[in-house]
Order: sequence, then structure tokens, then C-alpha cells
Amino acid sequence: MRRSVSLAYPRGVRPSVPLAVEIAAARAVATLSRLVGAGGGTTVPGKLLSRLDPNAIDRLAARLPAGTALVSATNGKTTTTAMAAEILRPTLRLAHNAAGANLVSGVASTLLAADGAELGLFEVDEAALPQVARRVRPRVVCLGNLFRDQLDRYGELELVAERWRDAVAGLPAGARLVVNGDDPQLAGLAEAHEPVTAFGLDDPRRARPALQHAADSKYCIRCGAPYEYAAAYVGHLGDYRCPRCGHARPQLDVAARAVELHGLESAVFQLATPEGTRRVELALPGLYNVYNAVAAAAVARALGASLDEIAAGLSRFSAAFGRFERIPVEGKELILLLIKNPAGANEVVRTLVDGRPPRTVVVALNDEIADGRDVSWIWDVDFEPLLAGLDRVVATGGRAAELALRFTYGGLDEDAVEVEPDLSRAFDRGLALTPAGGELVVLPTYTAMLALQRIVAARGLARPYWERAG
Amino acid sequence: MTAIRVGHLYPDYLNIYADRGNIAVLARRAALRGHELDVTPLGLDDEIVPGAHDLYYVGGGQDREQLLVAENLAAKADPLREAVAGGAAVLAVCGGYQLLGRGYRGFHGEDMPGVGILPVETAAGDRRMIGDVLLECELEPGVRWTIAGFENHVGRTRLDPDAEPLGRVLAGFGNDGVSGFEGCRQGRVVGTYLHGPLLPRNPWLADWLLAQALAHRSGGDPPALEPLGDALERRAHAISAERARMRGGRY
Repeated sequence: MRRSVSLAYPRGVRPSVPLAVEIAAARAVATLSRLVGAGGGTTVPGKLLSRLDPNAIDRLAARLPAGTALVSATNGKTTTTAMAAEILRPTLRLAHNAAGANLVSGVASTLLAADGAELGLFEVDEAALPQVARRVRPRVVCLGNLFRDQLDRYGELELVAERWRDAVAGLPAGARLVVNGDDPQLAGLAEAHEPVTAFGLDDPRRARPALQHAADSKYCIRCGAPYEYAAAYVGHLGDYRCPRCGHARPQLDVAARAVELHGLESAVFQLATPEGTRRVELALPGLYNVYNAVAAAAVARALGASLDEIAAGLSRFSAAFGRFERIPVEGKELILLLIKNPAGANEVVRTLVDGRPPRTVVVALNDEIADGRDVSWIWDVDFEPLLAGLDRVVATGGRAAELALRFTYGGLDEDAVEVEPDLSRAFDRGLALTPAGGELVVLPTYTAMLALQRIVAARGLARPYWERAG
Repeated sequence: MTAIRVGHLYPDYLNIYADRGNIAVLARRAALRGHELDVTPLGLDDEIVPGAHDLYYVGGGQDREQLLVAENLAAKADPLREAVAGGAAVLAVCGGYQLLGRGYRGFHGEDMPGVGILPVETAAGDRRMIGDVLLECELEPGVRWTIAGFENHVGRTRLDPDAEPLGRVLAGFGNDGVSGFEGCRQGRVVGTYLHGPLLPRNPWLADWLLAQALAHRSGGDPPALEPLGDALERRAHAISAERARMRGGRY
């Protein structure tokens, strides 16, 4: 398909084709991609468009009357963007890459598919942010957090921070930077820019007793001394201060206060903004989702949403594609929670343990590019509080044996660990171990999650992802 | 029961590639043989006291963290060298391996001092060497093992002509992507780029290190440790080895 179209012209020769024709051609490819079962057609059309006309994405973005907002983060960018979309949808027609295609090609595909959109709202891959920002000239850029994640793909944390610094330096004049003030690295990065909105958490009762093992940016970005934390919430995110040079968390413009966590059911908090405070009841679990909600609130506010619209949108929100799902299966409930790096997995573990700790879990570890080929991160996850309450864990995926080692060396009895690399059989085994009316918790990495979605869809239990993420 | 005393150098700074997994493996495998692993974190303000520890562990860090500890460790080179001369074992992974050499020259020409225990030198290259790795090594004459792991380093480490590598690269980049060798071994000191972490899927290396540490503790020869089943470890090793063969780095 790709060959017959893109090699029709010699290198360097650019045919003059109207944008409308390019769009029609690329859209036809999206339909084909779905028909041949290659997936949702979420990236191929954008790739094709870029081959036809590398500047098409710039022109498509420039057509949006309300401009574009970008959201990047190692953790939570899909959810944050989906929450912002929920807030803004009643008042604006959106171009939103809801299925998570977050490279330049995915953004281009979304722009193509969104006829008559007024606002572009995109989650963007960490490494792709400078390029996407240069192309679409955003009004608002949100930087959510920076954790160790897929070091084999992105290199070190500092490298990502450097790319983001470049992206910020290249933003159009007047573009608003929305940053997580609780992340020292990001707050530091925002110091060179105007205007800035800082968001964060303000509830020391929800702080961890100590920094987690996998905390990343725990040394002062200015002088290298260890930060002191009045409150550490998630990983290295919190209310920090350097005892040596005084570098400290900035004043928060948008904050979550009085946070109440109700296990896997919900999180309730007071959203405090310069315009006032509203109670938000979020139908999502965990402190990490409170961070996502505050980020989304700050983004929507920067785009002109009122406090009432923000509170109503967040309360309406259910869950972003694949991050957290409850699916009824044979009189039981399947609970899918994505794990992908230590910071995120730690929060998933904390949320499970704080609620009704499961007795059985299925954990799925793949090592494809989208999962990270280096699986060492599982050893940095604090699985132990979860292991303490488990009768049985089914380790599955391409690196099931490695996962089983993580659990046995973490203190779980060898007899309590089952190794079943085949996802479908592991899923069945998990179901068989779950009592009638009970919940089966499955913690998959990214490609394992996609595979599980396909398994569930093939059994007629849920629709495929490209039909749901709309 | 013997308490094996481990000095874990800079655990707050050098921990990027799941180094605590290596410690967990040593602890459990010692416990299964009736020994206790007594781990002491040694931070910036702690001294290295020769003879006080049977095994030193130095993990990997990001450049920024590595820079924060490099000078501190270099200032402790004498007691560390004395500890090694007294028979203490060392496992140094990635950044820790670089720090045990004579030094590290960064991409922008900045120098990071090393402690000079291993006869190697490292300089930053222009692209990172990332991927699965498989080695063949012979730590004891006539005993061949394969070691499987993951590497992610921009440093190119060159061994002195008479230095002994940890192993021969079967798949992956290794020390510099061109020599065909990985790591460095000198007596009871092992330095390597392999993480993943290293020890869970290479239990024979964990046991070798424990035996060396026990020898330091007793002043005698390394004892033969009772074999463990290691069925899971072998499975994990086989998959990791296969990944290296299928998709390990090529320079």
C-alpha cells in the first residue's frame, strides 16, 4: 500500500496536490487499515500524509480556530488528555487522539479525521514533544511529570528533560506552559518561561512516609543536595525544598486539597483555583489520578473553561482507554490496570492495597518496544505490600519467568506463583481461581494490555479499542 | 551460619537499573544455604573500612547521579583498594563498573575520576549501546557459563592489554561494541555493563560471588555451595539469552 503511493515521485520532487486531495487519500487508507484488520487506522493515514506533504500537519493545525493544546508526561498523559477532553467537549468540537497514537503520525491522523474541529487536544510522546510542538504551534503545553520510564528507549531522564527544555524554548510567544509544580525537574524547566501555571497536590495527610525506592529527581536541580520533602506524594513528586540553596516548590495556581481515596472506587478532592474552590468526585482510583485531574483542570482553565465546567467534566469522566477497566466476565468482574514503569506500578499497588487487597492477581510482562525491552524496572516496583496479601499470582507474558523470579525473590512462596506465558491461558487460569461474584485483578504492560483487550473482544465481552476510544 | 557483610555503595544515587534486585538475589541465596546477608548502605558521609565487608556492591546511576558520587568515591580509593587486596569481593554494574576503572571522559570532554581498581578506562561515545547481551565466561578454569543481561551505556570501556575481560560477547555490544569482550574481572572483583538485573537470571554468578565473600570471611578457600533447583532462573536465562541472539546490539 505504502509503496505504490509514496514512491510514485522521484526523491526531491514534490507534486502539487491540494491539501483536500491529500486528506481524502489518507482517509481512504484509514478505512482500508481497519478493513484488513491491521488495527484502528490510528497512525497509518498520518504517516501517508507526511509522505505526501511533510508540512500538511502544520497547515491542518493552523486551520483550528481555537488552536492546539499538547499534554506530555511519562505517566498519565492519556488520562489527563481524556479528562481535559471531557471538560471541553460540551463547548468545543475537538480533534483528540483518544486511542493513544501520540507520535507526529498519530497527531496528523487525528487532525485528518477531525472534520470541523475547533480545538486540537493531543497527548504527545515524551520524545516527540519538541517536533510536534514545532509543527502545531500550541497555545498550551502541559508537562505532567518525568519519571524513569523505558530507559532503553528514551535514554536517561536528563535526556528527556533536555528535549523538553528545547521544546519550551521554541514555544510561540504567549503560549502557556502548564507544569506540575510538585516535580522539581519540571518546575525548574518552567522558570525560563512566561506565562506559567503550576499545579500540584496540597494535602500532607496523603503523603508517603518516605521517598520511594525508585524516586528519581531527588537531588536539587541547582546545587545537587538532597531535597527535603514536607510531603512526598508519588515518586519524587511533592512539596520539596533544598536545604542548601533554597530551591523549592513554586506557589501552586491549581491544587487538589482535602483528598479522600476510596480504594478502586473513587477519589474525592477540593479543586482550588484562583477563581474559587469546587468539590470533585472522580470515578477513578488513586492519588495518581488526582494528579491527572488537577493537570486536566489546569489545561482546561488555560483554554478558557470555567470552574463549573471543569468540576462537572471531571465528575462525568469514567476512564481513558485501557488504563483502568472493569469488564463483567462470567459472573465475575475483570479489573484491568495498566502498569508500565515503577512510579505508575507503585501507585497501582498502593491503590489495590488501600482498597480491598486482592487474593489473586494476574501480572503480564511483555518486552516489546512499546513495553520497554529492558524489563529491569519490575525490580524497582514496590510489589511487596501486594504480595503480602496474595494467595496466588499468575505470571504471564513473554517474560513471565522473569516476573516469577521478581515475586519469589521478593518473598512470595514458590508454590504461590504460577508461570503461564500464554496470555489467553493465564487469563482463564485467573478466572478459574476467582470465586463466583469476585474480582480478578490483571496488571498488564502495554502490549499485554492490547492483547488482553483483543482476547476479551474476541470472546464478545467488550468492543475493540478503536470503536471505544472516541 | 555465617553473616556475609555487604557494603552497598551509594544506594541512594546508584540504583537506576534495579540494583536492589541483585541484592535480593544474594540475600535469598545466602539464606537458603543458612547464611545471613548483612547489608550496610555506604553513602557520601560513610567511610570504607578495609576488612569490614566481605563483598562490595556498586550499582549504576544516571550521568548526573554518577557525577555526584564520583569524586567522593575517588577520595576513598585507598581504603577500597586495601579492602580488595585483603580479599574482599566486588560486583560493580554499569556506572559502578566505570567508576572502578581509572576514569571516565564524558561526551563534552569532562573528566570523572575513578578508583583505579580495574585496569580499564572509559570514554563516552557518540551513541548509546542499548540491547540484550549474552556472554560466555570462565571465572574458574574449565567451568564455562553463559551470562545474559541488558546493556544501556554511552561509555566505551577499553581494557589494558593484559586485563582479563569478564566474558566473550556471543551477542550484543559489550565493552565498546568492537572488541568482542565484556566487563572486566580481576581476582574477586567483577565489573560489567550487564544489568537486567544481572543476578536473578545468572544465579551461578551470584553463587560465585557468595563463595568469594565467604572465603574472605573465613580466610580460607571459597566453599562449594549446595546447589539449588533454579528451574525458574534457567527459564528466565534461556529467554534472555534468546532475546540477545535474536535482537542483541550490533555495532
